[in-house]
Amino acid sequence: MGELYKVSSNPHIRSRSTTSGLMLAVIIALMPAAGYGVYNFGIRALAVILVTIASTVLTEFLLGKFVFQKMTITDLSSVVTGLLLALNLPVAIPLWMAALGGVFAVLVVKMLFGGLGQNFMNPALAGRCFLLLSFPTAMTAFDCDTYTGATPLAALKAGEQVNVLDMFLGHTAGTIGETSVVALLAGACFLLLLGVIDLRIPGSYIVSFVLFTAIFGGHGFAPDYLAAQLSGGGLILGAFFMATDYVTRPITIKGQYIFGIFLGLMTGIFRIFGPGAEGVSYAIILGNLIVPLIEKYTQPVAFGIRKGGIRREK
Amino acid sequence: MKVNSAGERLYNGIVKENPTFVLMLGMCPTLAITTSAVNGLGMGLTTMVVLALSNLIISLLRNIIPNRVRIPAFIVIIASFVTAVQLLLEAYIPFLNKALGMYIPLIVVNCIILGRAESYAYSNTPLPSFFDGVGMGVGFTFALTCIGAVRELLGAGELFGFELLPDSFEPIRIFGQAPGAFFVLAALVALQNYIKNARKKAGKPYEKIGSGCTEDCMNCSDTNCGKRFYDTADTAGTKKQLQETGKAQDKAAATETIDGKKGEK
Repeated sequence: MGELYKVSSNPHIRSRSTTSGLMLAVIIALMPAAGYGVYNFGIRALAVILVTIASTVLTEFLLGKFVFQKMTITDLSSVVTGLLLALNLPVAIPLWMAALGGVFAVLVVKMLFGGLGQNFMNPALAGRCFLLLSFPTAMTAFDCDTYTGATPLAALKAGEQVNVLDMFLGHTAGTIGETSVVALLAGACFLLLLGVIDLRIPGSYIVSFVLFTAIFGGHGFAPDYLAAQLSGGGLILGAFFMATDYVTRPITIKGQYIFGIFLGLMTGIFRIFGPGAEGVSYAIILGNLIVPLIEKYTQPVAFGIRKGGIRREK
Repeated sequence: MKVNSAGERLYNGIVKENPTFVLMLGMCPTLAITTSAVNGLGMGLTTMVVLALSNLIISLLRNIIPNRVRIPAFIVIIASFVTAVQLLLEAYIPFLNKALGMYIPLIVVNCIILGRAESYAYSNTPLPSFFDGVGMGVGFTFALTCIGAVRELLGAGELFGFELLPDSFEPIRIFGQAPGAFFVLAALVALQNYIKNARKKAGKPYEKIGSGCTEDCMNCSDTNCGKRFYDTADTAGTKKQLQETGKAQDKAAATETIDGKKGEK
């Protein structure tokens, strides 16, 4: 028995996946949507995307250098934040506003709460909501060289006819990255195949949203209407890329289903009963806020412990 | 500076124990009313008048008000002043009255006023109490005006109603709304802490807070704050009496718990 067992402290099983690897996968998965956005809206879309990413990365760089003494830009998370934020902006937005949104997302929502892993809501969506509250006109001006008039969802809400095929392919007005369902689904499939995300949250989100819309939307189960509601706005982008954010989703499996259903209901309420046509970003942000509560009540019971707490000795 | 002198009290209220930035009291008007610098200034001054006068009266009546009903007594005194101030505002500065609206009657339940009455005026002589109120009021006014100025500048591009920034500046509307109040307050508190830490590092710290507890009010877990009093000779009697009442209450509470346990067994 000359062999000595090597004793090390836990954890003993390590995953090979790294933060930067996961972030890179998300960036690659968002490329079709971003590419289609640039094709659809012209070169200015590219400028918006680049400026937003530059502002998020630069903010994190400066904070890391002068405030936190720890450089974290190599984990690529700020690139993902910038890219997601840009895909949520209309193409005609002034570039300084896009940059300001990026600064807000990284500085206030992420870094001040302790950096990646500590942020209590999705930075990109918080940045979008910040811009939406700050510059309501610029954030809802979807007129550009290619399109004029309302977004399909606004038209749908006004009771007009919309072309569902155009909406599915992405040939409509909207924010840079949300229009093409095909491109988004391609990216989502890539992430699903890699195992970066799973269908729990997007699936329960979309199913509950469809059911809610069918019941309360006033059109019953009319396929045209439901398909238009599904392909319009940021639903697909939000469901697959932002609701599934590791930091701001519930950890427990049961909790993830509850989270998805909550998002579906909130989106439905905002879209059908709210004053605006869209509500995905607010729904996800609200969902992020109740995540601690969901986790508290879906905590699995540890082996050997009775439900309802530790058994008391009499 | 001599403890409890007028100057020390003013300095304490404005810098050391600034009600908004250090004590974190009166958050409701701070967040709700500071949409512009004028509103902040108006709210601050209104509160200051009430604070100084109620401190003075409570201090004068401190030996008459029984300990058990002191809070209702404070409220009655404060409410009288608030009513008077509101009627005066309505008569002479109607635009401010309109802008502040519901928040003037709410000064009655402003925790700065009740806090100062409880922790200072009730156990100190009238003159220092009056200046304590003035100091706290000036500190509150200063904080509210700062927050209001930043919010007005960013949210509307104006300062005290004058357009300062060029037309090309697009107002960041969120600063005029509730979230903006939180952002600006947090940023100013952070700035204030930064200055304090820098001074401490440079070897010139602000004096410890006069209340006698720790210097960090934000992270203070001392639940007996209300029972702690300033060490002044003239209030020793009141202090002793109060401490005894406190002890008696503690004892009564302790007996109750023991009885409760016995009952269970």
